[in-house]
Amino acid sequence: MLGALTLLLLFQLIGEVIARALALPIPGPVIGMGLLFLALLLRGGPSEELRTTSGTLLMHLSLLFVPAGTGIVLYGDRLAAEWLPLTAALLGSTALAIAVTALVLRALMRRRETPRAGGEARP
Amino acid sequence: MSHSLSEIWVYLSATPLLGLTLTLLAYQAAFWLYRRAGFHPLANPVLLSVSFIAVLLLVTGMPYKTYFDGAQFVHFLLGPATVALAIPLYAQWPKLKAMAGPLVIALVAGSLTAALSAYAIGAMLGASRESLMSLAPKSVTTPIAMAVAESLGGLPSLTAVLVITTGILGAVGARYLYRLLRIDDHAVRGFAIGIASHGIGTARAFQVSEQAGAFAALAMGLNGLLTAVSLPWLLPWLERLLGR
Repeated sequence: MLGALTLLLLFQLIGEVIARALALPIPGPVIGMGLLFLALLLRGGPSEELRTTSGTLLMHLSLLFVPAGTGIVLYGDRLAAEWLPLTAALLGSTALAIAVTALVLRALMRRRETPRAGGEARP
Repeated sequence: MSHSLSEIWVYLSATPLLGLTLTLLAYQAAFWLYRRAGFHPLANPVLLSVSFIAVLLLVTGMPYKTYFDGAQFVHFLLGPATVALAIPLYAQWPKLKAMAGPLVIALVAGSLTAALSAYAIGAMLGASRESLMSLAPKSVTTPIAMAVAESLGGLPSLTAVLVITTGILGAVGARYLYRLLRIDDHAVRGFAIGIASHGIGTARAFQVSEQAGAFAALAMGLNGLLTAVSLPWLLPWLERLLGR
């Protein structure tokens, strides 16, 4: 548990240092995720300890968004003034993004599967 | 009696203990309700916890900053949790690699749809420029979205709220959309919710299946990268084009 947590923090730290040093617009934790992923590929998978610790952390990922989400109390005035465009934009764009991504991905996966099956049938 | 009570309150609101305990209590109550509701998306634990705490802050008059001084310890764990997403990603790697081409095309389509449709709908209904620039990056994970909003001239803290609202909307609504569009594949479901609703969508996807969670985590990471490099030049270009 402690070793795995230290490892996660270490990768975050390395990511943070790279992001600052190279002035990248990508946050340190995302770079840390990429580096840990590369390390896992090289090493051939996570240790049991790392798997359990990250499983525990990710099981309650929702909890970690609560403090920032509560910041909504600061924007009462703006939300009251612009509630219509903000609500419509959030609702519309979220639904559109989910639908477009899912439909494009499904169409591409089907197209990939069918020609191969069709190709085998032809002489 | 009331004098000593208010003294206790003064003491408690000066330490991080109260905000931290409050966050954990609210979340556990929310998660209990979520489980009681059979993990129904409408009983989303982020939505419920935020509502509980927001009402409490408004009723007691406790400033958000005081609350956050304690809650920041939970907030901090977002960093290591993001790094930890590498583990499910690794577990699903063979499947992800086999689908690389379709995933990249779906990523570009979904990422552009999220940012441009938010901008377009907001602009048509008369949102201010500050709000529009805070809206555009709202589908990606909080730290990236805040940095992008700042570089565009939006308000980073407003972006944080819009990001989390987007996450909740996706986590709550995706199931109905998938049913409507007849999308059953957990890889496709996970990837789409990760593109549109970042970490909160990913959290919801993990509660559905590990496969959905890993695809969501990948989508969230990729959309974060793409948005970070594309929006800072795409939106100013769009504004010039529209003559705004």
